[in-house]
Amino acid sequence: MFTSFAKKSTLAGLLVITAVAQPVLAADDYKLGLVTFLSGGAAGPFGVPAQNAAKLVLETLNSGKFHAPYNTKGINGRTITPVFVDEAGGATKQASEYRNLVERQGVDAVIGYISSGDCLSVPAVAEEMKTLTVLFDCGTPRVFEENKFKYVFRTGPTATMDNVAASRYINAEFGDLAAVSGINQNYSFGQESWADFSDSLNQIKPDVTVSTRQFPKIYAGQYGAEISALMVNSAQVIHSSFWGGDMEAFILQGSARGLFDEQTAVLTTGESAMYRLSDQIPEGTVIGARGPFGIYAPDSALNNWFREAYTSRFGTAPTYPAYKMVQGILGLKLATENAAAKVKGHPSTDDVVAAFEFLEYEGPGGKVSMSLGNGHQATMEMVYGRYALKDGKPGVTNVRRYASACVTPPEGVSSTDWIAQGMPGARCD
Amino acid sequence: MRYATTLVVIGAVALLAAGLVMPGWLTFLLTLALAKGLVVLGLLLLMRAGLVSFGQGLYYCLGAYTVGIAGSYFETQNALYLMLLAVVVCVALAALIGLLLCRYRDIFFAMFSMAFSMILYGILVKSSSFGSSDGFNVKPPLLFGWTPGGETSPLMAYGLAVVAVTAVGIFAWHYLRSAMGYAGEAVRENEIRVEYLGVSVRELIYKKYLLAAGMAGLGGAITALSAGHIDPEMAYWTTSGEFVFIALMGGTGHVAGPVLGSVLFELIRTYAFQISPYTWQMILGMALLAIILYLPKGIWSLVDRVTKRATA
Amino acid sequence: MKLVIAMLMDGVIYASWLFIIAAGLTLIYGVMRILNMAHGSFYAIGAYAGASLVGFYLAGGYPPWGAYLVLLGAAIFSGALVGILIERGLLRFMYGRDEVVMILVTYAILLILEDVIKLVWGVDAYFAYQPYTLLGRTKLAGLSFANYDIALIFVSASICFLLWWGLNRTRQGKLLQAVIHDRDTASFLGINVTRMFTVTFVIGAVLGAFAGALTAPGISVMPGIGVEVIILAFAVVVIGGLGSVGGALVGALIVGLARSASVHLYPDAELFVIYGVMALVLAFCPQGLFAIATARKI
Repeated sequence: MFTSFAKKSTLAGLLVITAVAQPVLAADDYKLGLVTFLSGGAAGPFGVPAQNAAKLVLETLNSGKFHAPYNTKGINGRTITPVFVDEAGGATKQASEYRNLVERQGVDAVIGYISSGDCLSVPAVAEEMKTLTVLFDCGTPRVFEENKFKYVFRTGPTATMDNVAASRYINAEFGDLAAVSGINQNYSFGQESWADFSDSLNQIKPDVTVSTRQFPKIYAGQYGAEISALMVNSAQVIHSSFWGGDMEAFILQGSARGLFDEQTAVLTTGESAMYRLSDQIPEGTVIGARGPFGIYAPDSALNNWFREAYTSRFGTAPTYPAYKMVQGILGLKLATENAAAKVKGHPSTDDVVAAFEFLEYEGPGGKVSMSLGNGHQATMEMVYGRYALKDGKPGVTNVRRYASACVTPPEGVSSTDWIAQGMPGARCD
Repeated sequence: MRYATTLVVIGAVALLAAGLVMPGWLTFLLTLALAKGLVVLGLLLLMRAGLVSFGQGLYYCLGAYTVGIAGSYFETQNALYLMLLAVVVCVALAALIGLLLCRYRDIFFAMFSMAFSMILYGILVKSSSFGSSDGFNVKPPLLFGWTPGGETSPLMAYGLAVVAVTAVGIFAWHYLRSAMGYAGEAVRENEIRVEYLGVSVRELIYKKYLLAAGMAGLGGAITALSAGHIDPEMAYWTTSGEFVFIALMGGTGHVAGPVLGSVLFELIRTYAFQISPYTWQMILGMALLAIILYLPKGIWSLVDRVTKRATA
Repeated sequence: MKLVIAMLMDGVIYASWLFIIAAGLTLIYGVMRILNMAHGSFYAIGAYAGASLVGFYLAGGYPPWGAYLVLLGAAIFSGALVGILIERGLLRFMYGRDEVVMILVTYAILLILEDVIKLVWGVDAYFAYQPYTLLGRTKLAGLSFANYDIALIFVSASICFLLWWGLNRTRQGKLLQAVIHDRDTASFLGINVTRMFTVTFVIGAVLGAFAGALTAPGISVMPGIGVEVIILAFAVVVIGGLGSVGGALVGALIVGLARSASVHLYPDAELFVIYGVMALVLAFCPQGLFAIATARKI
């Protein structure tokens, strides 16, 4: 009977092997893996805008017509071929897909990752595979505070910077601040955002009390009970790191019930909704963009080109994930080309790593300094402002800019410790 | 029978040897697939008795977290001890929950088991010391003082997975052919008659539940050791749903079904990701529909059919 | 006092929302013994159809009150279309299969529809908030509530009444009850079970789409919203007893009130409360609160 089992097993094995037969690829193109959410709730607000920005920028780079100093063709003269992958499936799945990108698809480098969980699981694989990897969006400071990586870089600021800047901003804007409340999604990003915000505020202004802190499930969509709780325990300021559909639903439901008549919301990712919900966001709402992106981006030739090109092609203005994607691509390009100039030829991955460390460059959002995490973590200035309609057009007033030294811990100190110690060494102008 | 076991062991050795020449991504994919296969194997034991658990993620996740926590907090990095510990912890919890669950049948068994896994998910998301929903990284394992570095690390996990699946597979195969195994099938057909025959259905189901929990814990442990990162998603209902998905895909007729189904599932998914990153869910859904429609007994029935034709 | 009123109102509003989603699910299960995971897709499709059509409608400059009719029409049309396509085109070939297999079949449909939605509507969010804000708000013990949400309570109650009346006071409904209790005997008595199945599935799908269309004005309609509600609806239906419309109502109320109590009194527990309630109810009533009796096979 077991001979039949053996036959079956062989057959099964053959089936598997046929399925695995791989496509062959060979070209002088620069293969770039791009991993963003293409399905689920993070696709609309983050994944697809970032993918769109990548498509636009890669095409322009390949034609060699990008804005100076990025006006050489592709990356180091090689045409860039993107390989898009969906970030869905969780951290283990993404670690597995990362291997596929490198070994099966043969990518030269990977740019991606919006979810912090993926940013914690993928770098270990990147180190094992010795492949250059640029994390472009995820926020958790744990990536470089708990580990040392050689091949991994992050070109976007951390979530700590968002929330420390937010607490500095409301301290400056609300002189008589006595009470705050919070509503954040019940997962790492929401919990850490609230902890960073409330702890840093506690250091800046110790007598502020917390009225209520709500943690609804991510993607819950219905916030009726939470809004009532925020009304029953009212405060001057409501902190929220909600993003995407959750933030938009919260704004709609809160506005309809007059939650923001007496209380001001601080939306750390609010910029991404200000065009879509321009007549629903209450005036005076404090709005962040997780860095100097979108409406807070500087008036530079690069930004103006990007804004215009993106808007004309995709019909809406680029939001911060799009900016951060461009920042990641440009950093990779510049580091590679600097390395090529140095070795006068085809740079090895190690050469590019050396050139990427402590790199300073201009992106559409202004200056990016790879100054933390031994030169692997970017710092940027942080900006907050208050929403205002000017002649029916959405805009911001009371804009305050915080230099990165004001909202970022010094090298070697973890964000949590830094905030708990009263943010020593912060240099604010 | 001994001849049969030898054959399977030879097959396992061949699979191990293949690991040395396989590309790294395939090794990793197979490791994860085999780990999931273990969980599904446990599910198969339950399904043979007509019970479908939509909450095996509970033990899958618990096994993984046991490995992660024990590895970082108790300075034990020996992979074998960690795996053993994961199984013990899972079986211990199952011994408790099982007391309650073995009274339930059908959809209520499924939903009740799911509720427990979702409660674990909630607890883990609330635990900031374990990294909340981001999870945390698991330290690289050792094997009795041997530290496989860099390139060899995935191979060790692969080896462990192959050995574990072979051992558990042989055990399950014998179990299903034992009196207990046949009694399980009878429960699915008619519980009351089984009781009349003097077999305690509750005890039977309880034991099956413990076995399934242990296998799921082992699968979780191997996943943690090979992926190097764990998060609460492992206890989320979609993960448990995936196990049922794989079980039906592979077929419940033979212990090789879950393993085959799990490898096939991972392959379909990874190629769907590659071919169509924007609509991979559709490909996965269609593959499942096609299997349910044309191969009601799973992929294994295809193997069955072809071999029968060959011998005929 | 303020707290109690807030808790009650929030709980009841949430319960009404849950009930509208769960009603279709429990009806389909009761008649067809299919725990339909694709119900989440019906919800999403209803939301998308409602939001996009209201957008078109209002862009055309028609009177805003008509938007409510557009929502209703969008739900009926999209729900019926998808329901018929799936039942006639796919499910009918699978009747008689194991319940678990049917769950997986509907899960496969869910996966496919999830991408179909993306192909039809893209991933950008749709908004149709005008119907939500148009009704204004009411102050109750110093708290404001959106009138749209209060109206939801009445809509939900009407659906409940219509279902009860349809099942208990009409000929077709009584025939359906016969199918619910004993499919084989009903079939022997000459009831056209196949047609009953189609009709039930379409009604269930329309209810799901209607739930989505009603929710659309208060949210941002985007990919993934369907998946989020399935497990909620499952929990409600299981607590109430599968297949029982009254059970779904009670289940929705229990979950709604428990959730709002947790949000107001102990926000940290919000994530578990639904599963906690489900585990608790099942521990004492192994088949949910209002289980439909089934004969034991000896």
